[in-house]
Amino acid sequence: MPKRIVSGIQSIGHRVIESIWRLGLASRFFILVLLKSGTSLRRFNLVIRELYFTGVLSLIIIVVSGLFVGMVLGLQGYETLQKYGSESAVGTLVALSLVRELGPVVAALLFASRAGSAITAEIGLMKATEQLAAMGMMAVDPIARVVAPRFWAGVISMPFLAAMFSVMGVFGGYLVTVVFIGVDEGSYWSQMQSAVDFRFDILNGFIKSCFFGVAVTAIAVFEGYDAPPTAEGVSGATTRTVVTSSLVILGLDFILTAFMFRGVS
Amino acid sequence: MESSISMTSDNLIEVSDLNFSYDTRAILKGIDMTMRRGQVIAVMGGSGSGKTTLLRLISGEIRPTSGYVKFAGEIVHELDRDALFKLRRKMGMLFQFGALFTDLSVFDNVAFQMREHTNLPESMIRDLVLMKLQAVGLRGAHRLMPNELSGGMARRVALARSIALDPMLVMYDEPFTGLDPISLSVIGNLIRRLTDSLGMTSIVVTHNVEESLKIVDYVYFIADGVIAAEGTPQEVRESVAPFVHQFIHGEEDGPVPFHYPTQAYRQDLNLEDSVA
Amino acid sequence: MQRTTMDLWVGLFVVMGIIALMILSLKVGNLNVYNPSQSYVITGNFENIGGLKVRAPVKSAGVVVGRVTNIQFSTETYDAVVTMSMDARFQFPKDTFASILTSGLLGEQYIGLAAGGDEAMLKAGDKIMKTNSAMVLEELIGRFLFNKAAEDDSF
Repeated sequence: MPKRIVSGIQSIGHRVIESIWRLGLASRFFILVLLKSGTSLRRFNLVIRELYFTGVLSLIIIVVSGLFVGMVLGLQGYETLQKYGSESAVGTLVALSLVRELGPVVAALLFASRAGSAITAEIGLMKATEQLAAMGMMAVDPIARVVAPRFWAGVISMPFLAAMFSVMGVFGGYLVTVVFIGVDEGSYWSQMQSAVDFRFDILNGFIKSCFFGVAVTAIAVFEGYDAPPTAEGVSGATTRTVVTSSLVILGLDFILTAFMFRGVS
Repeated sequence: MESSISMTSDNLIEVSDLNFSYDTRAILKGIDMTMRRGQVIAVMGGSGSGKTTLLRLISGEIRPTSGYVKFAGEIVHELDRDALFKLRRKMGMLFQFGALFTDLSVFDNVAFQMREHTNLPESMIRDLVLMKLQAVGLRGAHRLMPNELSGGMARRVALARSIALDPMLVMYDEPFTGLDPISLSVIGNLIRRLTDSLGMTSIVVTHNVEESLKIVDYVYFIADGVIAAEGTPQEVRESVAPFVHQFIHGEEDGPVPFHYPTQAYRQDLNLEDSVA
Repeated sequence: MQRTTMDLWVGLFVVMGIIALMILSLKVGNLNVYNPSQSYVITGNFENIGGLKVRAPVKSAGVVVGRVTNIQFSTETYDAVVTMSMDARFQFPKDTFASILTSGLLGEQYIGLAAGGDEAMLKAGDKIMKTNSAMVLEELIGRFLFNKAAEDDSF
């Protein structure tokens, strides 16, 4: 069936061209958002309002998940390390895993599904109900007034959320290993402190979460702004936000890790 | 062409040989219009005839393929972004379902433009907002959120919002759609009353014949991207042009066909030999 | 009205974020012990560094007093040149003894400093003269077996 094969290849090619097109569109939109950020920085109460929705409302899921991830890490780490008699190193394991990788990455994944999807749905619905067009008609640029504050709120809240996730995780690990299992408290903290370096681990983790914050919110606002103004369009855009930003987070994490920790250890 | 009410003689909007097409599909073909200050003008036509496109061309949201729209002496599509935004402050637009900002209260919706474009003190904004809401009879609802309003109330709030900065022109995109008869005549009368009392110009895009003929000064009919007929409500009612007649009286078949253009019916049912 | 409570929550959120970052820096990362801005650099040559890595701690009496910042191979002396960044608060005599130790049986390797009795202190750029190489497990086992054999012979 050569005809079917040809049309299959055609559709693949069509999809590739389509996604490259969208990538270009997204990049242009991203630049536009940056250029029009002046308003949201001048009127910071717009950003504060969005910080409430993206940051404060994401707190619960971040804190609870961080706690559980830390507890699991503590439990698993203890089980493994105990075989070699080095269960006192469990603090190191918990802290390094969280600060370097799990804190920024898992917090960003949770953020994408909690706040990113909400941003996309909100902007998409505003577009579908002609609120963005109405704003444009009132001589107010919707990118400056609606998109940019949400973007900056996401970028600001992401590192904070990642840090809280890591702290809750370290506390969760402490809870399981020190309080429940009975690892020595002093060695939990001291091993951790001697292994975790400020510049290499904490600062790099912080930088990672900043990158993730930019990536997730940029994808979320673009998908919302670009969503077809129908119910299916908005729901599809919301799904795409979660899927795309999850993939981008993991890919970006690999690239950043390769840059940051290469040749260090 | 004479108008039933002759106010100031100068034209607010001139549309000249306006063409617009999406890709290769022509939406508007050589439209000419003049709209005077103080008038309520209806633009009527079937669904998909390009009425909304015309509004978007007047507001500068899209650029014409050829021809121009002149608003208060300025050619809209030749303006740069800043000038266009400055021009839009003189326009208001009422969207089909109101398009109220769902995250803001009624009060904040009406105050939106005042806060964005002026440095008025909050106390003065409060007075102005309550005045605008009073004009549409919803001063008592200023604390409500848009999702607590009925369709007619939402449209009235949107009307108050579109006249917030006392524009020269307000455009209404299907303002009568989906309203009960009472809300419908409330909106219709509001359009007429606000146009007269604020000295603005109104363009009503609609396919509601009854209500709009009651309130407007002049009517344009658009069909297939051209102006099929125009005139005062009186002239339109008495018109014998087949299209206008079909539209006004809501006949099923006529110049606007009932059937979507396709191949012959017999051929579709394979009653004849079809081309392989 | 509504706006002020929202501001409060956002403020709380930001404060919590900053506290979390501070906990990470101070409690988890132990920023206060090792501050690169107040430090001096010394070097030491080791015959064999074993598994010592850059960023490994430099400890004296078990307290972290610095970190390894660079490890290079010297083509002049054919041994390893280890650069250490030391906390400026801790000064060590010139005849301080540096050895590469292991924390626990399988733990990380670090440099242990045992202070000598010299009056003069190590200054920035100085080199530690007395060093002791890392214990390599194979050598250790080999030496043990050799000693064991010698003991057996003596009977």
